[in-house]
Amino acid sequence: MSAPTATSRPRLPRGVRLKHDKVRDEWLLLAPERVVKANPVAVAVLERCTGEKTLGEIVDDLAAAYSAERSLIERDVTKLIADLADKRMVDL
Amino acid sequence: MNAQSQIAPPTGMLAELTHRCPLGCPYCSNPLELERAADELDTQTWKRVFSEAAEAGVLHVHLSGGEPCARRDIVELTAHCAAVGLYTNLITSAVGLTRPLFDALVAAGLDHVQLSIQDAEPASADRIAGYDGAFARKREVAAWTTQAGLPLTVNAVMHRANISRAARMVDMAVELGARRIEVAHTQYYGWAMKNRAALMPTREATEKAVADVEALRRKYQGRIVIDHVVPDYHARFPKACMNGWGRRTLNVTPSGKVLPCHAAETIPGLEFWNVREHSIGAAWYDSPAFNAFRGTAWMKEPCVSCERKEIDFGGCRCQALALTGDARNADPICHLSPHHARVQKIAAEEAPAIAPDYIYRRLKAKA
Repeated sequence: MSAPTATSRPRLPRGVRLKHDKVRDEWLLLAPERVVKANPVAVAVLERCTGEKTLGEIVDDLAAAYSAERSLIERDVTKLIADLADKRMVDL
Repeated sequence: MNAQSQIAPPTGMLAELTHRCPLGCPYCSNPLELERAADELDTQTWKRVFSEAAEAGVLHVHLSGGEPCARRDIVELTAHCAAVGLYTNLITSAVGLTRPLFDALVAAGLDHVQLSIQDAEPASADRIAGYDGAFARKREVAAWTTQAGLPLTVNAVMHRANISRAARMVDMAVELGARRIEVAHTQYYGWAMKNRAALMPTREATEKAVADVEALRRKYQGRIVIDHVVPDYHARFPKACMNGWGRRTLNVTPSGKVLPCHAAETIPGLEFWNVREHSIGAAWYDSPAFNAFRGTAWMKEPCVSCERKEIDFGGCRCQALALTGDARNADPICHLSPHHARVQKIAAEEAPAIAPDYIYRRLKAKA
């Protein structure tokens, strides 16, 4: 499977969902036999993984929303998406 | 022992909706005393149980059995699980699952399908399952699942008859479009314990299978997630059974008993609560069976002074009972157990001997 690039359009496949769990008061990414805690940054990224935006556009979005340096955001987002794609929790 | 605040909420619930199953796999994790259809919980009770599970913090619900599709209300139950926010996983043999039923499950909000595959060779697979034509049905259901865009997990239990084809089963899972495979070396409980002499592979075959499967991780990185349940009897350290007793998951049997694991009923003296009288949350936090082996206070040596006691929790209570006669002993898979030599002797003696015939999992004929 290829690594994510700026033109990838990451999306959560069916069977992978982001959920706010009331019992634990945490955001969780649920997948087959997997539960991954999602920190606020991961939630912001994953909410944008709809298959419509490219990874580059997601980074632009976040850089604007958090007024942070684009290159740092790009690095973190690419790493997160690559890691989740490896686990089949994000499709590219 | 623990105050409720110290016990984490459950994350997963295995709902054994029924023990009825068309297959007869000789390693089935169901108990030898299978529960009868007449004793099964009704639809309304299961719905209440699923609602209580969601409220208690359960995230994943595994609709299992037996064959869960043998329940006429499987679509209604799946829809209810989805409605209360549970992640629904159907653990199926594929036999008895028709296309209209499958489509209805997808429409009801099913999240994931876990399909058992007995072997990569059709004739051997059907012989292991004790059901002619099962293999072909499984291929069909795998195709429906991927066409519907649902994630597919293949569950492959490894034992003497198929262990030489472990790597081929991973290849097959990739061909079927599975996103995940569980390569589960047989754990000897229930029917598998009864059939142990027929199932036990040699150490050499086991080591080769483990190495072959591990080697495929790199090849299939990003295509399939490989979860490897390693073989027990040839190990030096025990598994962290259930990730620790009453720490993460619970089972509900067809008649409503709430168990810490599949085999817990084999341990004498434990008091299990039933969903007919208690809520899921009450059974999790307060039932004597769940508190019997929580934490480390119940342990004996060599566990008490062991630095791994919070890693593997002394291994498996049911295995300790089955092989040493005392559920509080260290799991004898552990090389520190005084009973460990016996485990090695069993594995060494049973594996090379001529395999007896399978005793297929069946409901007892009515008396």
